[in-house]
Amino acid sequence: MEKVTLLVMLFDVLLGLGLLWLAWQLLESRDLFKAIVLFVAFGLLMALAWVRLDAPDVALAEAAIGAGLTGALLMAALAKLPSRDTSESLADEKGYWLLRLTLLLVAVGLGSVVLSLPESAPGLGAEIASNLASSGVNNPVTAVLLNFRGYDTLLELMVLLLALLGVWSLGRSAPTREKPAGQVLTTLVQFLTPLLILVAAYLLWAGADAPGGAFQAGAVLAAAMVLLLLAGWPLQHLLSGWALRLVLVAGPATFVALAGLTLLDVGLLAYPPQHAGKLIFILEVAATFSIAVTLAALFLGYRPRASNKESG
Amino acid sequence: MSTALLYALVGIGLFSLGLYALIVHAHLLRKILAINVMGSGVFLLLIALTKRSVTSFPDAVPHAMVITGIVVTVAATALALTLMVRVAIENRCAELSDQSEE
Repeated sequence: MEKVTLLVMLFDVLLGLGLLWLAWQLLESRDLFKAIVLFVAFGLLMALAWVRLDAPDVALAEAAIGAGLTGALLMAALAKLPSRDTSESLADEKGYWLLRLTLLLVAVGLGSVVLSLPESAPGLGAEIASNLASSGVNNPVTAVLLNFRGYDTLLELMVLLLALLGVWSLGRSAPTREKPAGQVLTTLVQFLTPLLILVAAYLLWAGADAPGGAFQAGAVLAAAMVLLLLAGWPLQHLLSGWALRLVLVAGPATFVALAGLTLLDVGLLAYPPQHAGKLIFILEVAATFSIAVTLAALFLGYRPRASNKESG
Repeated sequence: MSTALLYALVGIGLFSLGLYALIVHAHLLRKILAINVMGSGVFLLLIALTKRSVTSFPDAVPHAMVITGIVVTVAATALALTLMVRVAIENRCAELSDQSEE
């Protein structure tokens, strides 16, 4: 038993040091491409850290969004930069000793604050456990996201839409070079897309009782759409105009509609316990499609138009 | 030292590294990467501190908050990257210059 504890401790220390080392490497790497690859690796190690901290839901979200989609977004943005100025001036090393000293003091100060916290904090775990039965789902994280703290999720969906509005209002920033996808990518996408859709459906269904849920499912579905876009499928022409907007607002609109329906009955963003399970499932399905399409549209980076009106 | 404290300290380290890189580097893509690393540090600290609770139920509220945070981060990153590409096209380099041009 002692040996196992020691090994686990060693693993934690190595993981922590690995995270810090990767962060330093990716922030100081001279090559931006390398920095982005290291960032994806950093996201995957973060997912491992979430598992060690008993947060499997967060691990799934991090692996799908933090490592996968953010990496794709960064790569796409790097490709759109006019010149690959990888040799841009890094910091002038001499003048920064004061900054380094200040930041070291900040880190030490934060560290001492954390160390001075009480050994154990009760948190809200017990209260969630006692109210879980009336929430309609068995996974406490899903219960918090969609029932106890529905405000957060509703506003988060709004933030996603707001970001997309911002991206759209910047216009079509760069001419995208339309290269035909290679045979390997095309074949891979044909195998991966059905699999990703299956995984997304599983995550959505399992979210009620096990780690998973709308965000993870939406991210996986978005990954499938990003792959299809990369392989040259004209998704942006298939889904544009009113149809696209309808899917984009489906999640928030369902949320608001349900909030309105249950307002007089049980209060704002609260659900009657006997129907909560079904209502949460409806919400999650709508939110999954909205999140997936919003993320894919963010990856696309401009407002898609119907194919024949394409002006380039 | 407990697991929770270890990861909390790693979170603070990530935050500080990110803050340093955010200030020092001029390239906007590096600044965006730095903000992402800072965010990861904050999330790690938040989740690590909930692991201190000795009860058998893990506190799901911070977990839900961090999932929300990750999704918001990716949306903000996408917007920032679009802005960066825009700046790079207007300025011919992905940096904000100190001098205002005539």
